[in-house]
Amino acid sequence: MGVRNFFDRIEPNFTKGGKYEKLFPIYEMVESFLFTPKTVTTAAPHARSYVDMKRIMTYVVIATIPCIIMGLYNVGLQVNSAYETFPPSGWRAAIISALGIGFDASNPLANFAHGLLYFLPIYITTLVVGGIWEVIFATVRGHEVNEGFLVTSMLFALIMPPSAPLWQVALGISFGVVIGKEVFGGTGKNFLNPALTGRAFLYFAYPANMSGDTIWTPVDGFSGATALSVSSSAGYEQLAAQGMNWMNSFVGTVQGSIGETSALACLIGLCFLLITQIANWRLVVGCMAGMIGFTLLLNAIGSDSNPMFAMPWYWHFVVGGFAFGMVFMVTEPVSASHTNVGRYIYGALIGFMVVMIRVINPAFPEGMMLAILFGNVFAPLIDYFVIQANIKRRAKRHA
Amino acid sequence: MAQTRREMLIDPLVDNNPITLQVLGICSALAVTSSLQVAFVMSIAVTAVTAFSSMFISMIRNQIPGSIRIIVQMVIIASLVIIVDQVLKAYAYEISKTLSVFVGLIITNCIVMGRAEAFAMKNPPIASFIDGIGNGLGYGLILMLVGVIRELFGSGSLFGITIMETVNNGGWYVPNGLLLLPPSAFFVIGLLIWAFRSWKPEQVEAREYKIQVVEAH
Repeated sequence: MGVRNFFDRIEPNFTKGGKYEKLFPIYEMVESFLFTPKTVTTAAPHARSYVDMKRIMTYVVIATIPCIIMGLYNVGLQVNSAYETFPPSGWRAAIISALGIGFDASNPLANFAHGLLYFLPIYITTLVVGGIWEVIFATVRGHEVNEGFLVTSMLFALIMPPSAPLWQVALGISFGVVIGKEVFGGTGKNFLNPALTGRAFLYFAYPANMSGDTIWTPVDGFSGATALSVSSSAGYEQLAAQGMNWMNSFVGTVQGSIGETSALACLIGLCFLLITQIANWRLVVGCMAGMIGFTLLLNAIGSDSNPMFAMPWYWHFVVGGFAFGMVFMVTEPVSASHTNVGRYIYGALIGFMVVMIRVINPAFPEGMMLAILFGNVFAPLIDYFVIQANIKRRAKRHA
Repeated sequence: MAQTRREMLIDPLVDNNPITLQVLGICSALAVTSSLQVAFVMSIAVTAVTAFSSMFISMIRNQIPGSIRIIVQMVIIASLVIIVDQVLKAYAYEISKTLSVFVGLIITNCIVMGRAEAFAMKNPPIASFIDGIGNGLGYGLILMLVGVIRELFGSGSLFGITIMETVNNGGWYVPNGLLLLPPSAFFVIGLLIWAFRSWKPEQVEAREYKIQVVEAH
């Protein structure tokens, strides 16, 4: 237990009255990252559970691993495929050539390595910039830095397009952490999802770098539309002409943000989150039901001018960020509803809004981000009415 | 009122600012601050209307029956707004087109009504006039601050003069499109209020309730 002894020895420097009293949050962060946090409740009720915050956050990060792997593979695949028509250029291509990996799109390892060179800069930027904000706020406000940030930074990096400029990544995560979380008091008090808040900021601030056809594969001159933008302009039947069928949308070898293309990887993550009971299944059921229900309704109504009306629900499920958002963001316990009935309503509201925005609003091809933020804002209101209804029902029963 | 005239003028700038402390007049602050020039004209218009309406209302304050005082105040304010609107149309037509309906909406600006009701009804005309100027300037100060942030980072210019060449014109600055949308003023004003209250902690309101920590026993 050499490490434990080291922490015990230096701890008095950081506790009240110590030399580095002000830096206690940083000490606490490193210590609780390596060991089980020592803080225990001092007053009743003493709920005992093996699922503490550290474990929840770590599990969510573990659940994103399939998405990361698929994302890295897919980014590399798209870039390497594009290199068949456009000559390789830039420092990433230079590194790949120097290592002798090559640009063969049929070689999974080459794809993976190439994808890594796109993902790592974005992820490291997110971690460093977001981490600095976390530490600043923790030091000034005197609360601890916790593993919640690992989740936020991972999710944020996964919903970036691979071509995102790093300074925009830095700006986005700053906005997400500060405005989305810290101004409300930090982890556990954020009513918006911080990763999505940052993404939404970038989406409205720099639309040219966050939407369109040229950003999903970071190769100069290459242009590839996402399944959603093809569907909204020409109809989902046209997807086959673009080389996209349901299966490769499901597996995730299509254009899109780094981690969100693969519905399959998201489902694997979802299974893990459901088995470990980190994610509440009611949220997932509500979200799927809302999406399927409203899509069936639109299918039945039909439209002559808007091809999106005819898009079936199983397509809605695999295109865009729906699966990723449902698995990792709708299920976020802090910003979702806290009552069981409320969770169904909250999920259904998001499922409904996604389809609503995708199909009926021509300005936004993708609706998951806005739908979840919309749901976040409504979650406390839903809880309020669920609780009021319960109080009324009980009052009637005992009247 | 034990305030000196100097205090009446200076107080609303920071210590009792109509936007950041009283959170009044937010609507127009969101709408007209995407360019500094428009924000500047709007500030002058609101200052003029607040000052003169306070003065005129104060002059006749002893003749106004209490039960219809709001209507009388509105008549005076509305007349002044129409004058401002006509002057703008005559001498600054382009800007008046950009300001469009917001000049007319000065009538409903809470700051104008608020000063008339809270100050001019109880104080002599000259004091009311100075108070109106002070509050108009306090409003203008925030409008200009927000305008500087939004125009500088949203389109890389100030008063329409290019400071940072944007990418579209061959420069290096990538403009932040969010700052040109009205909702961004919510963030900017919110952050300004945060900054003001960190600078002057006495502006922070008392908590409505406190989370109690029950000691173990």
